[in-house]
Amino acid sequence: MIGRRRFIAAASSGLLLGGCDRLNNSPGFRSVLRSAEGLNLRAQRLVSARDALAREYSEADMSPFFRSNGTAHPGTPEYARHLAENFANWRLVVDGLVARPLSIPLHVLKSIPHRVQITRHDCVEGWSAIGEWHGLELSRILEAAGLSTRAKYIVFHCADRFGDKPYYESIDLIDAFHPQTIMAWGMNGHLLPVPNGAPLRLRVERQLGYKHAKYVQRIQAVETLAGIHGGKGGYWEDNVDYEWYAGI
Amino acid sequence: MDQPAAMNEPIEADVPPPAPPRIVYRHRLPTRIWHWVNALTVFVMLMSGLMILNAHPRLYWGQYGANFDHAWLELGSRPFPGWATIPSTYNLAAARRWHLAFAWVLVAGLVLFLLVSLWNRHVQRDLTPTGEEVKPKHIWNDIRQHARLRFPTGDAALRYNILQKLSYAAVIFVLLPLMLLTGLAMSPAIDAAWPWLLDIFGGRQSARSIHFICAAAILAFILVHLVMVALAGPINEIVSMITGRFRVPPERTEE
Repeated sequence: MIGRRRFIAAASSGLLLGGCDRLNNSPGFRSVLRSAEGLNLRAQRLVSARDALAREYSEADMSPFFRSNGTAHPGTPEYARHLAENFANWRLVVDGLVARPLSIPLHVLKSIPHRVQITRHDCVEGWSAIGEWHGLELSRILEAAGLSTRAKYIVFHCADRFGDKPYYESIDLIDAFHPQTIMAWGMNGHLLPVPNGAPLRLRVERQLGYKHAKYVQRIQAVETLAGIHGGKGGYWEDNVDYEWYAGI
Repeated sequence: MDQPAAMNEPIEADVPPPAPPRIVYRHRLPTRIWHWVNALTVFVMLMSGLMILNAHPRLYWGQYGANFDHAWLELGSRPFPGWATIPSTYNLAAARRWHLAFAWVLVAGLVLFLLVSLWNRHVQRDLTPTGEEVKPKHIWNDIRQHARLRFPTGDAALRYNILQKLSYAAVIFVLLPLMLLTGLAMSPAIDAAWPWLLDIFGGRQSARSIHFICAAAILAFILVHLVMVALAGPINEIVSMITGRFRVPPERTEE
C-alpha cells in the first residue's frame, strides 16, 4: 500500500517536474519567460525618476567585511605585471562612438576630484554588503570623450577571463549618466583590493552585482550589443542567461 | 432474501426516502479562475524561489548580510532537492526567469481578484468577519469544532466559518501583499525609486527574511487547506471550485 502510494507520489511529482524542466528547455516557453525582463525594465523605469538615487548609508552601517565574488584574481601574466607595478601603467581606454577617443592613465583619473558614496552591493545570489566607494562619475568621462548621439550602450571590457572568455558588461545611457554610476578606484578608504576589482571597477548602484564590472581596461560606446562577444551584453548574459537588465 | 415481499414493506416504509441533494452555486467565476491560476502560480513561485534560495541559503536581519555576517537561518549548501525546485537541477538564472515572470501573474491575479471581489461584494459579504464571529467565545467554539473534525453542515456550510475567513483574509490581505512588497524591496532599482520600502522592512536582508517567512506561511496554509479539503469531501469541494456548484452536506441529526 505504502509502496503504491510512494510510487504514485514519485510518478506524479516526476511528471510535474519533468513538465517544468521540459518547459524550461523549450525555446518558445523560455522566450515567454524572458519577455518579463523587458516588462521589469519598463515598469521599473516608469516608477523611477531618472536620477533616483540608491540609498547612501553612514559609516556605521558598513559591512565589517566586504566579501568578493566572481574573479578573485585575474591571474593573467599581463595583470600580474600591472599588479607588480602597482598599476602605474594601467590606462582606461575610451573608444567606440565618441568624438575624442581617450586613453586615460590611472593616476590622472585618480587625481580628478571624485565622488565618495557608501552604498549597498546586492548579489544576484541574494547576499548584500555595504561598502564605501571612491571614483569618478562615468558621465564626466563620457562627456570628456564626446559621446556620439548614435551611442545607446556603454560596454566595459575587463582584464579577467572565465576559461577562454573575457569578462565584460554593458549598461544603457540612463544608467551610464546616473549620478552614482562611477568608475571606482577606492573602497573603504583604501585603494581597491584585487578581489574587488583593482585597480578600477564600475559601480552601477541600481543593478545587481554582476553588472559592476571589475578590472576595467576599456569603455566602448556602441549603438548595438550585437557582435560583441555573445551579443547579449555581458559574460553571464551570454553564458548562463542572466538578465541583461539586473534591476531586480 | 427468501423473505416474502410483504414482510419487507413495513420496514422500508420506516426509512425516510433520501432527500435529493441540495446543490447551490457557491463559487463565482472570478473566484474559480483566480483559485486555479494561483494553484499553478504559487507552486511555481515557491519552487523557483527555493532554487533561488539554494544560491545563498542563509538569511539575515538588517540592511546587509553575507557569508561573514551573522545569519539567523543557515542551511547547508544547496539544501533544497530537485523535486522541490524549478528547474530540478541547480540553475539560478533559469529560476530567476521563472520567478520574475510568474510574479507578474501572481500580482495581476491578486489585483484583479481584489477589484472584482470588492465590486461584487465577495470581500464584504463572504470574507469579512461579523461582530458576532470575532468574539473569543465564538472563535474558541470554532476551534473546538475543527479539532473534533466536525465541519458545518446544512446552511452553516454555505458560509465561511471564522477560521476560514481569518485564514483567507490573512493570505489575501497580509501574506500575498507582503510577498510582493518584500520582493520589490530586494530590487536595487525599486529601492532607489521607493526608499521607504527599506524603512518599513528594516533593510534589504530583513525584507529577504520576511519574504521567506511569508512563503513558508503560504506553504503551511496550502497544506492545511489541502487537508481540510480532503476531510470535508474532496470530490464535492474540488468539483465546486471547478463548476461553482456545491452539494450542501445534509444537516447532522443530533446524537
